[in-house]
Amino acid sequence: MTAILKREIRAYFTTPLGFVFLAVFCSLSGLFLWLDCLAVESSAMGGVFQMMFFVNIIIIPVLTMRTIADDKRQKTDQLTLTSPVSLFGIVAGKFLGAFFVFMCASTVMIIYAVFLSAATASVDGKFEWGMFWGHYAGLVLIGALFISIGIFISSLTESQMIAAIGSIVVNIVICLFDIISSYISNATLSDIINSLSVYYKYSEFTQGIFSLKNIVFFLSIIVLFNFFTIRVIERRRYV
Amino acid sequence: MIEVKELCKNYGSKKAVDNISFTAENGEILGFLGPNGAGKSTTMNILTGYLSATSGQVLLNGIDILEDPVAAKKNIGYLPEIPPLYQDMTVDEYLNFVYELKKCRLPKRSHLGEICELSRIDDVRKRVIRNLSKGYRQRVGLAQSLVGNPKTLILDEPTVGLDPKQIIEIRTLIKKLGKNHTVILSSHILSEVQAVCDKIIVIDKGKLIANDTAQNLSHSLGSDNKLVVQVEGPSKEVKELLEGISAADRVYEIRSAGKNVTEYEISAKNGSDIRREIFRRMAARNYPILLMRNSELTLEEIFLKLTTGDFYGKSEGDR
Repeated sequence: MTAILKREIRAYFTTPLGFVFLAVFCSLSGLFLWLDCLAVESSAMGGVFQMMFFVNIIIIPVLTMRTIADDKRQKTDQLTLTSPVSLFGIVAGKFLGAFFVFMCASTVMIIYAVFLSAATASVDGKFEWGMFWGHYAGLVLIGALFISIGIFISSLTESQMIAAIGSIVVNIVICLFDIISSYISNATLSDIINSLSVYYKYSEFTQGIFSLKNIVFFLSIIVLFNFFTIRVIERRRYV
Repeated sequence: MIEVKELCKNYGSKKAVDNISFTAENGEILGFLGPNGAGKSTTMNILTGYLSATSGQVLLNGIDILEDPVAAKKNIGYLPEIPPLYQDMTVDEYLNFVYELKKCRLPKRSHLGEICELSRIDDVRKRVIRNLSKGYRQRVGLAQSLVGNPKTLILDEPTVGLDPKQIIEIRTLIKKLGKNHTVILSSHILSEVQAVCDKIIVIDKGKLIANDTAQNLSHSLGSDNKLVVQVEGPSKEVKELLEGISAADRVYEIRSAGKNVTEYEISAKNGSDIRREIFRRMAARNYPILLMRNSELTLEEIFLKLTTGDFYGKSEGDR
């Protein structure tokens, strides 16, 4: 697994992909920080996180699109799959590689927070750290979730373009669950869909609520999609 | 050691591999011979655990590739048809990655150095794989399969894309490796298999149609001793002279090989040597013999005989 992880991280930074991701993440979050906080002299970062949630729907699939699709296209999967590495190790390596790049990018949010808290302290205000960590945890979990979806979709195709577009569509759909549920008249069905709503669970974090239930919900979906990826790769051997 | 038992692989209704069984002992070089699409690559992909068989069993040094894939794969070095290279890495980075991937325990620097020397990629170690020529990529792929010094090497058309000098080098290397490894290599170049392999397996349309040593194969097919001679002289008369030899079975005029020169094929009756007799008869009439050689079947001929079904029908009765 470590070999795959190292190779993934190296690949992100020997190709422009990793840098482009970092640049887009930092510049957009910087722009929203200016619009939402600096321009209006507010220290509440909620708006910035909100916007980054939507940005992630689109940029994380770009990060993950090549993970497995490209291996298949270049036939390098013949190396990894015939090496003494488990499928779990391969998928875990790819997941952690993308997650590492995402974490590098998201660290910029902590830098913004430190800066804002210093700025608020200078005018005798109080920076809401509890609120910030809630937002941040939500961002990390949603990032990991989008990564696991992106890798799963990437395992279904050889084309990076299809992988990216497919993941964006899936991300949008799962984030629309609570809107979809409000259009459904059947109460039970509507409840089921609502309880699967990623956006609703995410928004609880943004209110600074760390509920174990929500954390388990995110982690289990992440594990589930990684498990699907393993199954897809395994299944290909039988076709 | 590799044991393959009743291997089948279906792609939908198409049988890509149809009931193939064979074994390769340690220190043996086994050649897979077959036309394109015969099922060579599919078989190799199954042996290495990349694909799984529809039915049948593959044992690598006694370990079932399906039951304990990680342990079985530790002993394999695999060079697929298209070398599995990461285009964005340098050769050194790539080999380091493979070294880690295979959880290799050998001293890294000297081991990788040795491999690069063996496969002659020393001079490109710092270069990005994307910029390498086809020959170099092929050799980096071969180097990759040698990492960790696996007991079993499976090479799918290892000399494709190399120039003649490199082909000879790689063949010598494979022969050398074959002394203490089990090597399976596939090829549709017959002379290559003939030059390198101890044992030859011929596959056509997924079926195993021959499994023997190169000599035995040509023996069993060309059992009657045949001679090819070129004689300068009137063809009709020469033919009659040749037919007059008591031990000669049949004489064919193959072709005219120049002005007043004709090539004949003569089959001798069970193993008798008629070369001296031919010489005496021609010398008596002063017809110079320009060429005389044994016409043992070349692998090309064996191959054609086998795959066109000639031999298949015959061998079913024989076996």
